[in-house]
Amino acid sequence: MTDSIWLVPALPFAGALVLIIAGRMMSRKLVPWVGAGSVGLSAVITLLIGLEFLSSPVPVSKTVVVWTWMQVAEFAPDVAFHIDSLSMVFIFVITFVGFLIHVYSAEFMIDDEGYARFFTFLNLFVGSMLVLVLADNLVLLYLGWEGVGLCSYLLIGFWYLEEKNGYAARKAFIVTRVGDTAMAIGLFMLFAAFDTLKISEIQAMAPQQWTVGAPEVTLIAVLLLGGAVGKSAQLPLQNWLPDAMAGPSPVSALIHAATMVTAGVYLIARTHVVFELAPGAQLLVAVVGALTLLLAGFSALTQWDLKRVLAYSTISQIGYMFLALGIGAWTSAIFHFMIHAFFKALLFLAAGAVIHLLHHEHDMFKMGGLRKKLPAIYWTFLVGAGSLAAIPFITSGFYSKDQILWLSWAGTGGNTWLFLAALVGAFVTSLYTFRMVFLTFFGEEKTHAGHSSGMAMTIPLIVLAVLSTVGGFIELPHTLGHVELFSGFLHDVLPASQLRPGADASEWLIQLTAAIVSLGGVYLAYLLYLRNPEWHKQARGLVPDLHRFWQAGWGFDALYDTVFVKPFTFISAINKSDVIDKLYTGITNAASFLHDIFAWTQSGILRWYMMGIVVGTLIILTIGLLS
Amino acid sequence: MNGIPFEYGLTLAAVLFTLGLISVLVRRNIIFMLISVEIMLNAAGLAFIVAGSRWNQPDGQVMFIFILTMAAAEVSVGLALILQIYHQLKTLDSDAANKMKG
Repeated sequence: MTDSIWLVPALPFAGALVLIIAGRMMSRKLVPWVGAGSVGLSAVITLLIGLEFLSSPVPVSKTVVVWTWMQVAEFAPDVAFHIDSLSMVFIFVITFVGFLIHVYSAEFMIDDEGYARFFTFLNLFVGSMLVLVLADNLVLLYLGWEGVGLCSYLLIGFWYLEEKNGYAARKAFIVTRVGDTAMAIGLFMLFAAFDTLKISEIQAMAPQQWTVGAPEVTLIAVLLLGGAVGKSAQLPLQNWLPDAMAGPSPVSALIHAATMVTAGVYLIARTHVVFELAPGAQLLVAVVGALTLLLAGFSALTQWDLKRVLAYSTISQIGYMFLALGIGAWTSAIFHFMIHAFFKALLFLAAGAVIHLLHHEHDMFKMGGLRKKLPAIYWTFLVGAGSLAAIPFITSGFYSKDQILWLSWAGTGGNTWLFLAALVGAFVTSLYTFRMVFLTFFGEEKTHAGHSSGMAMTIPLIVLAVLSTVGGFIELPHTLGHVELFSGFLHDVLPASQLRPGADASEWLIQLTAAIVSLGGVYLAYLLYLRNPEWHKQARGLVPDLHRFWQAGWGFDALYDTVFVKPFTFISAINKSDVIDKLYTGITNAASFLHDIFAWTQSGILRWYMMGIVVGTLIILTIGLLS
Repeated sequence: MNGIPFEYGLTLAAVLFTLGLISVLVRRNIIFMLISVEIMLNAAGLAFIVAGSRWNQPDGQVMFIFILTMAAAEVSVGLALILQIYHQLKTLDSDAANKMKG
């Protein structure tokens, strides 16, 4: 079955192709069958391959070459797909969560004019994302990387008639492009060093080529981190993601929460050999993650738009993954990625359903009391929120986040500061999560919900709710059952995380702290937003400037506007009539001047032409006689 | 051959040619322009005849027959065009037929 791995990305591409060619002619009933069906088939194939993985006694690691992409001297990247446990986890999440979101979209987007267009873009996205995670060389990975960026652009600006959506799309595209440029330079340097961009060859050769901490490998690692930071919306390129919520909710769920934004995590995990050789860069990854999770967490506290809270929480949770990567807890990062994909897709889909049923009302303060009105959405949202807030023992989010907290304290790469940042982040996370729950579903009803959601929207929510509960139990800490199915599965690709000597004893203490912190956040949210709603208004009144600052995402937009956008538009305003272009317009001007003269002689009057012939003859005769 | 010196004949041909040329340039009526062209052709034909008789060659007369044939063809095409122009423009003024300007 692993030989047919190429079918997994090929099927969504085929679906997109069919929709591009025939989408306009298809009926609205047929479009989701093609769109969701192709991804569903991919998911089935993924499942079959997954079963083969689990039943195989030795770890599977296989490359399937489909064709040679191009050949320039020794540089000959293949279109080849590499399947091992790491890409297995990613394609599992992409195809399954992608399929559920396609099913959900079939109902969510039914009234939209661009129904077929929407599924075309979604299919194209799923295909590109699968190419990204299955690529056996970094060139093909980069193709997928840019493909998902393009789809992200197209889908953020899906409702392009509104100007702000187009702006958000351009912003996302340009900001991520900054990171992509850094990554491209990193790839060039890797190629210069190894004459190949095959990931397996780089992994084998890198430790021989470079000593630990060599300046060249550190630079490459930092450049790759630049690409990851742009795609995964981490500091300092995080400001595009909140605006990306302009797209339809299924897009936010699929691209800007579950899959694309975690491409940076995948990249770093895939090139972990490079990062292990550059401890400085790896520490930078951890610091970026820790800072981002705090910044985004505090921003999420102050948002009023339901989807923007989720956007900031996505940035913050990916911050946790980066922190885990930075401290060398590779499998924990991937575990948190998977769990996060489940519960964040769930939250976005549920939030999308709420917004949909409240006639596009995004303001949480205008919602409330939806608990009884929309029970299915309420319960599934609560499961997702519990996972995000890491409610102890019953949610999967607790197990994945607890692992990161524990290793940021006790792992070899961990230290007190990173641990404290993660702990504060956990508290803030549960505070803003339950602020969201209490404001939306509790209290009195402020906006009337039209009708309840249909089956195609409810079933994916329930499936994701189940996944984000049971998903946690495949990896339990030492103190609670000690199950290591997930990290055991990944160990042939990613090294196990090492503990600092003597730190082992305090594990239950850390877990207790994490549990208390997340429950404390929930209790504080209960006090502020449910029991004494006046309190949070007073708290906001105490520090209005800070509130505004956090609400604007720590002023990054204003900063970039001043430092980059304004000078750029200023220079382009000066150079409006392109200086270099003057030379070329000069040539065309001379040509059109001569043209005008000759066009004038073509007067259409016969006698002029005769005169021309006579004068010409006289001149020729004169010359002939004189010479 | 005696009698009229061939310079007289050539001078007559030159005068006729110049008159024809001038009237092509100054006339605006297309029919007159066509007549003037005929005069120029006949001037050229006269020059050939005179030259042929001067050197006792038949070539001059051969050329004149060519010119005669060509002139007949030219007049038939030219008159057809003139009819069309008159049909379209309701005038025979050549300056009015300047639609191909520029």
